[in-house]
Amino acid sequence: MTEAPRSQPASSQATPAQAARAAALRTEDLALGYGPRTVLRDITLAIEAGAWTAIVGPNGSGKSTLLRALAGLAAPRAGRVFLRGRPLDQWSRRERARELAWLAQDSGATNLTAAEVVGLGRFAHSGWLGSRKTEDDAAMRRAMLATGSLPWAARRMATLSGGERQRVLLARVLAVEAPVLLLDEPTTHLDPPHQEDIARILRDQAHGCGVCVLSAIHDLSLALTADRLIVLGATGLVGHGTVRAALDGDWLSTAFRTRVDIVEIAGVYLWRPTLAAASPLPAKRP
Amino acid sequence: MNWLAACVATTVILTAASLVIGTSSIETSLGWLFTPDAQSAVILWQIRLPRTVGAWAAGALLGLAGAIAQGLFRNPLAEPYLLGTASGAALGVTLSLLGADASIGALAWTTKVGVTGAACVGACAAIALTILLSRGVLQTASLLLSGIVVAFLLSAVTSLLLLTRPDLWRSMQSFLLGSTGFLSWSGAALLGIALVLCIVPAILVSRGLDALSLGEDTAQSLGLSLRMLRLTLLGVLSLATAAAVGQVGIVGFIGLVAPHLVRETLTVNHRQLLIGAPLCGGALLQAADLVSRWIIHPAELPVGAVTAVVGGVYLVLLLWRRSRHD
Repeated sequence: MTEAPRSQPASSQATPAQAARAAALRTEDLALGYGPRTVLRDITLAIEAGAWTAIVGPNGSGKSTLLRALAGLAAPRAGRVFLRGRPLDQWSRRERARELAWLAQDSGATNLTAAEVVGLGRFAHSGWLGSRKTEDDAAMRRAMLATGSLPWAARRMATLSGGERQRVLLARVLAVEAPVLLLDEPTTHLDPPHQEDIARILRDQAHGCGVCVLSAIHDLSLALTADRLIVLGATGLVGHGTVRAALDGDWLSTAFRTRVDIVEIAGVYLWRPTLAAASPLPAKRP
Repeated sequence: MNWLAACVATTVILTAASLVIGTSSIETSLGWLFTPDAQSAVILWQIRLPRTVGAWAAGALLGLAGAIAQGLFRNPLAEPYLLGTASGAALGVTLSLLGADASIGALAWTTKVGVTGAACVGACAAIALTILLSRGVLQTASLLLSGIVVAFLLSAVTSLLLLTRPDLWRSMQSFLLGSTGFLSWSGAALLGIALVLCIVPAILVSRGLDALSLGEDTAQSLGLSLRMLRLTLLGVLSLATAAAVGQVGIVGFIGLVAPHLVRETLTVNHRQLLIGAPLCGGALLQAADLVSRWIIHPAELPVGAVTAVVGGVYLVLLLWRRSRHD
């Protein structure tokens, strides 16, 4: 992966520990919304490189909205986004696309083969005509190896299963070899083992390659395997910090406005549904 | 690529066949080929050849426009006329017929050139109106809706005009049904130039269409300008459709079916599709043209009627095959 220098100053709000690792993405007093609604206000965040940060929160709390704004796909109502120290709108389109890779929640039905989809990840490098150089081919190969999607390279996307397709789409994102990855619900519609695969790839990118990985994750247990959490509630940002800090502060219960029960089993945090406690089941089940 | 070679071979065969199929019997036409005289030379090289070459180019333009429309709107049912072009062209023709009223009988040739130009202008004006109504090119859904509104609006105006002048209805008929009968060398040359002008920029931005097939956000995140891509493609779509409509009238289904045929039979990205769909569309319209000349020989059917029947049957078959798979 790209070992780009990360020399920009960390945000003033960052703790010394964060400053040492440097924020790849930073926001200042961001206000975001869609339609007539402003969903998020005064969002000031510093998202560090080399860590996997998960965004969690109830439906409609603005997870996608925040990600889209960070990716430069939607203009914020107020405030600014800094990508590696430079305001997002000051990057040229191509430059920015090389620094910041984005995975949408839903991808269209395409007639392309898996390799062609991954090749599109090199658009910002190889341009309109797609004249691929050796380095582009190498990047594509690395991305497909990392996601285990190389065996399907020649197959049409439509012939792949949901899990296979998601790996190819993830390979497309990794092929950019960008220092910042933004992923909107990369694990939805996948069965639990496939969700785990995707999460493992994301963590490897962060820990192994020093990439700044930020993803919205719906599944709470899966989100708790991330390094850091950004917790959004119905009324805005609840907290941003390590998973431990989020659990100590009970941010999740605040965000979901209901008791969110997290248990720790062998160092792994799990969300326990409290259905039984709320409405006891009959002793004998049919 | 064998498939594309087949398209080219079909075109060559159809071109040869079109030289010997016409109002005169095939034997007579063959005789002309081998023992030409002044009159038969005119029929073969000034009437039949430009007609079939022009039909190929018009079909190719429609195939290209269809492929672009389906990629741009990310909808396999999109077709070249969906931005109101057909209604705009029809209105243009009506207006030119009304305007050139005095010279209708006397100077049929001038009127014809005038009609072609008017159809082109009408088609372009309709697209401009559509883009204006949807306030730009960034909202696909509102572009499509505006296209429908413009189509209805302009058709209504055309109908009102024709109500006041029912005698123009017959002249409009051949245009509305589509006809390759008026194609001359100059028309074929215009279509050829339009084809080159359309296919070069289309292929240059074909990778953008690939990106677009993954979704608009994704395409944008890859570092391409959605606005530039859309404007380029809409420009090409307008030019291709307007040129074809101007020369051969409203020929349906070629633009819808040609890209489908290519996609159904080949694994393609958009660069290949933007080459394959014109080759396929050209061969299709040539074939339809031949059928229209031959089926009720010595009279002719409007070529648009032939493409409508064949294209409709193909789509129904496609539908049946899909539902059997599901």
